Amino acid sequence: MSSHRLRISDLTVSYHRVPAVHHLSLELRCGRTIALLGPNGAGKTSLFKALVGLVKPETGTIELGGHGARRAIRDIAYLPQREAVDWDFPVTVRGLAEMGRYARLGWWRQYAAGDAEAVERALALMELTELADRQISALSGGQQQRAFLARALAQEAHVMLLDEPFTGLDKPAQDMLGATLRRLAAAGHLVIASHHDLKTVPDLFDEVIFLNGELVAFGETAQVFTAANIDRTFGTQAFTGK
Amino acid sequence: MIDWLLEPFRHEFMQRALFGCALIGFTNGCLSAFIVLRRLALMADAVAHSLLPGLAVAVLLFGLAPAGLFFGALVAALLVALGTQLIARCSRVKEDTSLGLLFACAFSLGLVLLSLSPVRVELHHYLFGNILGLADSDLWVIYGISFVVLPLLVALERPLILTMFEPAVAASQGVRVNALNYLLVAALVLSMISSLQAVGVVLALGMLVAPAATIYLFADSVAALFWGGGLLGAIGSCLGLLVSYWLNLPSGACIVLVLGAIFLAALLFSPRYGLLARVLRRRHLHEQSLERWKPHAH
Repeated sequence: MSSHRLRISDLTVSYHRVPAVHHLSLELRCGRTIALLGPNGAGKTSLFKALVGLVKPETGTIELGGHGARRAIRDIAYLPQREAVDWDFPVTVRGLAEMGRYARLGWWRQYAAGDAEAVERALALMELTELADRQISALSGGQQQRAFLARALAQEAHVMLLDEPFTGLDKPAQDMLGATLRRLAAAGHLVIASHHDLKTVPDLFDEVIFLNGELVAFGETAQVFTAANIDRTFGTQAFTGK
Repeated sequence: MIDWLLEPFRHEFMQRALFGCALIGFTNGCLSAFIVLRRLALMADAVAHSLLPGLAVAVLLFGLAPAGLFFGALVAALLVALGTQLIARCSRVKEDTSLGLLFACAFSLGLVLLSLSPVRVELHHYLFGNILGLADSDLWVIYGISFVVLPLLVALERPLILTMFEPAVAASQGVRVNALNYLLVAALVLSMISSLQAVGVVLALGMLVAPAATIYLFADSVAALFWGGGLLGAIGSCLGLLVSYWLNLPSGACIVLVLGAIFLAALLFSPRYGLLARVLRRRHLHEQSLERWKPHAH
């Protein structure tokens, strides 16, 4: 699995001819946790949208494990920001994970024993089995993130795109979610999270992408997460927490 | 007493009305799940009011033939729905404003047209319904609509749930979100036409919102909202009709009032999301925390 790569070549995403992401080329290895860093309007969300097929790239291609974009879309799961979710929606944790099966089942195919097994396995991996019958608003912030990860696992997604997953979590919940993401990476998944809390980056992520319309820097956190790169990405007022 | 309770079941017109009520209540109740989740209630109200000019034009052109009324209402509602989208997209006026403006104008136009009609039209019937006057042709229209709308909603349950919950994620999984939204509005217009006969233009919203809103206070699954809403809609509508017979009150208003009363009871007493349960839970927590601070005698 870890030989898988997500290859982005010359990707440009524009809205009304105004580019949000400029000629971006990246080769990401599965089995890593990657932080996507950049100021507001840097194109982080646009990149995610292009990866899951919500916007059509103006130029460039996306390949996962040698397959083109259409096939790749099924293997990529997008986890929205907390504010984008209607937490009062009548769905339990298990119901949420079951939604992950819909894309594979299509509209009419019977929900079978295999699907139920995949859902239970995903819940167990995310340590949510005991909370499976809870409505999603009756979970803590960290549990809510894990519930959405369980849906991605039930979908059998290989790549997980998380939009600001650590926002609003307290320290213990952050640590636990960080450990969960590492566990997913160790199992061969590629985990990419947009993130804004710079001081936690070295603890949470193996690699870093600095994005500001175009690629500023990409590489191992230890090598690339430098004051110079932060400065180039965020401008001179960047707050590093140091 | 028993005789008094059973009396409505002896009349053929009441049996027919009860049957119609159950079917309309069920279809509208099922659909109400998606109206509540998609927050379409106000849009539904606007659509209901905009049916009136269509009915009026149909009366002017074809007299009181049900097929004519059906198509008149359908065209009017679609014109208002599409006109709203058009104004919202092509100008700086927002959707709620254009919707409000168009439906008020449509309703007024309906009133003017009906006053011009050479046929004597009981405006009252369109505004507040007349379930006791159900003709065979009306029943056929109701049948037809139920047999289109219900299977459609059941077949599209999965993509609809995905779309209601997270439109962006649904789209990323290949669901055609816009097409589904238009389809939902079409289903809304159809169900509304079926409920016109029972509760009329002004009260139609009650049948389309109350059932699922009630179940929403008990259940945590869309399937429960859908089927529970249908069942509650059917039972509540029939009960309302019976109450109106027993107490000699207007039927449409009784149907909506019974559905409203059931909702109110749920709002107060639902064990999970009711107001009473919430107050009790809060008090329980308060007492627990007081307990923790009590000095323990050793």
